[in-house]
Amino acid sequence: MFLNQFLILAAILFCTGIYGVVARRNGVMVLMSVELILNAVNINLVAFSAMTGNLAGQVFALFVIAVAAAEVGVGLAIVLAIFRNYRTVDIDEVDLMKG
Amino acid sequence: MIALLAEASPSYAVPANIAFGVIAVLMTFSAIRVVTAKNVVHSAAFLVVVLAGVAVNFILLGAEFLAITQVLVYIGAIVVLFLFGIMLTRAPMEGQEEVRKDNWLLGAGSGLVFFALLAYALWDGFGKDKIPADLTPTDTGALSDAVFGGYLIPFEVVSLLLLAALVGAIVIARRD
Repeated sequence: MFLNQFLILAAILFCTGIYGVVARRNGVMVLMSVELILNAVNINLVAFSAMTGNLAGQVFALFVIAVAAAEVGVGLAIVLAIFRNYRTVDIDEVDLMKG
Repeated sequence: MIALLAEASPSYAVPANIAFGVIAVLMTFSAIRVVTAKNVVHSAAFLVVVLAGVAVNFILLGAEFLAITQVLVYIGAIVVLFLFGIMLTRAPMEGQEEVRKDNWLLGAGSGLVFFALLAYALWDGFGKDKIPADLTPTDTGALSDAVFGGYLIPFEVVSLLLLAALVGAIVIARRD
């Protein structure tokens, strides 16, 4: 197995996630796209860990999973708070601080 | 990917590569459906496919503990959290959210440009590197030795971060 096949699959996931973060307006969809990006990073970490035989990559992938869980919890709480105050989850309409 | 398969060496692990190809096509399709589906619940369902594919990739790379963690934490917990978020916000169930033209151009443009950049850099930098053919699954004991040995302090910091995030999520989402 080539290292690149995993890295390029991760790059595809990462760029799909970037498109989702930039283009979608639903707050929950943006969080899902961020999950795609974090998973792409995890594939990269584990692939390099397998190539070099160093366990650090897998340990950091575990940390990334834990941080992703924390991020989703806080992110969804923020989306819920936005929904309660604005009656919408369209993040383009949340522009109170727009200059 | 086809070019990769073409220059296969004798030690080419055929079953693993066929599995990888099938999973990779499935994951790419599902990832694109996640960000383009009109119905948010469909997006969550496709997200499950992508996350399961990542778990399969972990198994192919010999990281079995991580694959199980992926299934438990992501598919078991995070997707359920997303479904709760979709239900509680009564997000548009169908067709009410259309992507604006300028947003679409910006997103697709930046995604494609970044992918081209990444693909070129990866091809240039790691074109010949291979996963060792004698790859054995990682011993979970060795992984736990690493987590509770050299990475003990980062591990404790992550525990504190999870606790803080839990408390913060309750504070933010609380009705008062």
